Amino acid sequence: MQLFSCPFCGERDETEFTFCAEAGKTRPEPAAEVSADAWARYLYFDHNPKGATREVWLHATCGEFFLMERDTLSHAVSGSHSLRRPEA
Amino acid sequence: MSARRIQDSGAPLAFTFDGRAYEGREGDTLASALLANGVRVVGRSFKYHRPRGIHGAWSEEPNAILDVTVDGKTWPNVRATTQRLEAGMDLRSVNARPTAEGDRLGLLDRLSPFLPTGFYYKTFLWPDWHRFEPRIRAMAGLGRLDPAHEPPADSPAMNARCDVLVVGSGRSGLLAARDAARAGSNVILVDDRFKPGGTMLYREPDGAERAAALVAEVEQAGGRILPQTTAYGIYDHNLVCCWERRDGAPDRHWRIRPKRIVLATGAIERPLVFADNDRPGVMSAEAALYYLRRHGVLVGERIVLAVNNSRALGLADALREAGAAVTVADLREGASVDAVHGAKGVEAVTISGRRIEADCLLASGGYTPTVHLFCQAKGKLRYDEAIAAFVPGAPVDGISLAGAAAGDFGDYAIAPAWPNPGAKGRQWIDFQNDVTLKDVELAARENFRSVEHLKRYTTLGMATDQGKTSNMNGLAAMAAVTGRTIQQTGTTTYRPPFVPVPFTVVAGRRRGQLFNPVRRLALETQHRAAGGVFREYGGWLRPAFYGGGEADDEIRREARQARETVAIFDGSPLGKIEVFGPQAGAIVDYNSYNTISNLKPGRIRYGFMLTEGGVIYDDGVTVKLADDHYVVSCSSGHVAGVVARLEEWRQDRFDPAAVFVHNLTAHWATLTATGPRAKALVAALSLGVDLDDAALPHMATAQGSFEGGAARVARVSFTGDRSYEISVPASKAPALWAAMNEAGRTLDAVLMGSEALLLLRAEKGFIIAGKDTDGTSMPHDLGITGPRDKRLGEYVGKRSLFTENALRDDRQQFVGLAVADGGPALPTGAHVLDETGGKRRSAGYVTSSYESPAVSGPIALGLVERGMSRIGEEVSLFHLGKARRAVIAQPCFFDREGSRIDA
Repeated sequence: MQLFSCPFCGERDETEFTFCAEAGKTRPEPAAEVSADAWARYLYFDHNPKGATREVWLHATCGEFFLMERDTLSHAVSGSHSLRRPEA
Repeated sequence: MSARRIQDSGAPLAFTFDGRAYEGREGDTLASALLANGVRVVGRSFKYHRPRGIHGAWSEEPNAILDVTVDGKTWPNVRATTQRLEAGMDLRSVNARPTAEGDRLGLLDRLSPFLPTGFYYKTFLWPDWHRFEPRIRAMAGLGRLDPAHEPPADSPAMNARCDVLVVGSGRSGLLAARDAARAGSNVILVDDRFKPGGTMLYREPDGAERAAALVAEVEQAGGRILPQTTAYGIYDHNLVCCWERRDGAPDRHWRIRPKRIVLATGAIERPLVFADNDRPGVMSAEAALYYLRRHGVLVGERIVLAVNNSRALGLADALREAGAAVTVADLREGASVDAVHGAKGVEAVTISGRRIEADCLLASGGYTPTVHLFCQAKGKLRYDEAIAAFVPGAPVDGISLAGAAAGDFGDYAIAPAWPNPGAKGRQWIDFQNDVTLKDVELAARENFRSVEHLKRYTTLGMATDQGKTSNMNGLAAMAAVTGRTIQQTGTTTYRPPFVPVPFTVVAGRRRGQLFNPVRRLALETQHRAAGGVFREYGGWLRPAFYGGGEADDEIRREARQARETVAIFDGSPLGKIEVFGPQAGAIVDYNSYNTISNLKPGRIRYGFMLTEGGVIYDDGVTVKLADDHYVVSCSSGHVAGVVARLEEWRQDRFDPAAVFVHNLTAHWATLTATGPRAKALVAALSLGVDLDDAALPHMATAQGSFEGGAARVARVSFTGDRSYEISVPASKAPALWAAMNEAGRTLDAVLMGSEALLLLRAEKGFIIAGKDTDGTSMPHDLGITGPRDKRLGEYVGKRSLFTENALRDDRQQFVGLAVADGGPALPTGAHVLDETGGKRRSAGYVTSSYESPAVSGPIALGLVERGMSRIGEEVSLFHLGKARRAVIAQPCFFDREGSRIDA
């Protein structure tokens, strides 16, 4: 049972979290100009690295999506960051 | 063997074993009680049904597995060495019929030359393993499960954090716990035995007193001690799971998150490997000392002590003091164990060519540090020649080891006595799974040389003792056979649990309703009072129909009357997800296949929600209350999923400060009136809403009030008939239910359950997402192409509607199926056949099928390849060996012109 860190709630059991996506993935738009390859990459392809990775996770308990830096091999969690934009 | 009790203490406890009555003492384990009564054969081995006796003293025990019946309940596969004796226990040997002493399958042992490793796999290949499997399985297996005994779900789950968790309460563990507690740390000490103290309790003079003093010191310093608690697994980020047994209370499951772990788990003695080393009466030397000092049981009168190390050698004096004649065979001085005589108990032992009359052979092949938890935490081991054992290698973050577990055996001398390949006789390595030295040699010959392959091919170490006594001898044998060092050969992977843990303890109270709670309606009591028969729909417990008659009759009665008068239906689980804020319109548009925001306030639109893959995820209506306020009314089973996707885009794509998603599904109760008299019924409720069709047309909503609270009235129809959905705060639901029933009395209203509603919607060809659509269905497969062809701007799944796959012309499309063979309703799931080219294949299937009262006959919906261009074509269907005929039709079977919506 891993311990993940929500930037708002602190350390919690991994069962409170849901993986969402690898960080940095942007939805290709507009649809009419997106090639089939680019769309397939967006839908189905991930880097799934062995080692350090940056991912978007949801802390389901508080409902916040955030960025987590962790290591897929050692399971070490090295950082977690809010994805909130600075208030205007 | 003539083991007996030489020191009598504790109250007598009567018990039986294999039907015979015996007497034990309070404080006995099952094993010590059986030994004290001179019972030699306690079970039969797994494969050859060899007679087996008690070998060890604790969780390493490979042989003494018993079925225990107490208070009329049977617990299978209980390890006799770790279970305390209780009065009236009925013990049964496993894998033996009728008794361990006289097992009928004992003759299997004579066939052993014909039953090598892999025998079953190699022999029963033709024609098919599955033909032999049932009979072979019937012969295998250990304990008998009593299907009538369902253990209660009463194990509490405990969660704890601490600075230091110490595992093991021998001297090293107690000292580590005391020192840490004195230094101000929050300390938990767990130990799996009945009493803290470890080997101090039987190896040291005054050990019990000294252990008790250390325990007091730990507790005085603020440490907490959990006896009878097995730390069985270390998981990610050093979560330690423990199984606590309590006297007179249910077991508990602990999940402990320590900052630092000290493993003081001691060491386990290895057997010596020689011919017939599995005979009853051949025992662990350490165990003999334990039984003598802890239970007052002397394991034999004439004992041969065969050892290769100094620690076990010291036992000789203790046994002599207790009155036994002891012959020592020190392998370090060249002695050898040549033969053991006696099948069901040691009668004599041949040592270095000399026959010695004996009733017990104590064998010690050295000690192995108990490093299981360290290895579970990904710790690596290093072979230490000095103590001939694997010891912890490079440290693991947050984990340290102390005492024997760290390989610190103090004053200890050993000469390795590993298995000798090519040696004569049957030399056991894994007692419980019946793996001999010859099996290891065979595995090596067949090239299963890695220890992991050795384990899986021979099952060495895979029994319920997980090879605690056998793994080292097994890998040493493989090393010798293959000419490698022990370090090169390595160990198998250690995995939790350290000992078998009952599922009841891991599951705790999470069973039945507490494992998967069903959601209940605010009006459940009222539905039950009205004769509602409940079923689960998407996690909600809802009335399927009302009345005590046959289900099909009641359902058709409700459906028929709903079309004739008016039906009252509880639609409360329907999604009511409110979306607020300046970007509310933008997010509901992005969420939907259909544009929503161009509605006038107070209007409602039906549409789909797609996945990014373009597949229909859900359908439902969205209500526009105001430019900055929408209600997404998705289907009951999809509420959590729709909330999740809206929330994800809210944070990822929109401005979280400008749009807010709030799930109010449980806040509102929704009761629906549907049918020709629905308007009259709603009018009688005096909700303060103008029900004139000009003011409140189909797909419009109005705000009213009910009993001083809000009431939302929406004209949405899932039946094709005039319908009103009335939503009030859940606290007002009973009053609204009563008012609608009262108003319905003069209108001949009927209560309608979910089943009749499903039937009515099928008559109209209205889909249920996930039932009438599957993981390939896109909106254009249902003929809804408007947004795909015309809509500008982005929405979820848009690009996927234009892929090569989405544009195929042979896609399965949503159609009706009219029975053409005069038979009853088609079976749901029946395949629509394509028989072109002389081959039969499935070209679609029936998704919904009913006997419809409204059209007086069967109706069906389905997904069929190119279905929409094949209306009128007759097709064959096939289901479980039966053929049917049907005509592809429009999916709507009733009121095609839609005149009833305003009737």
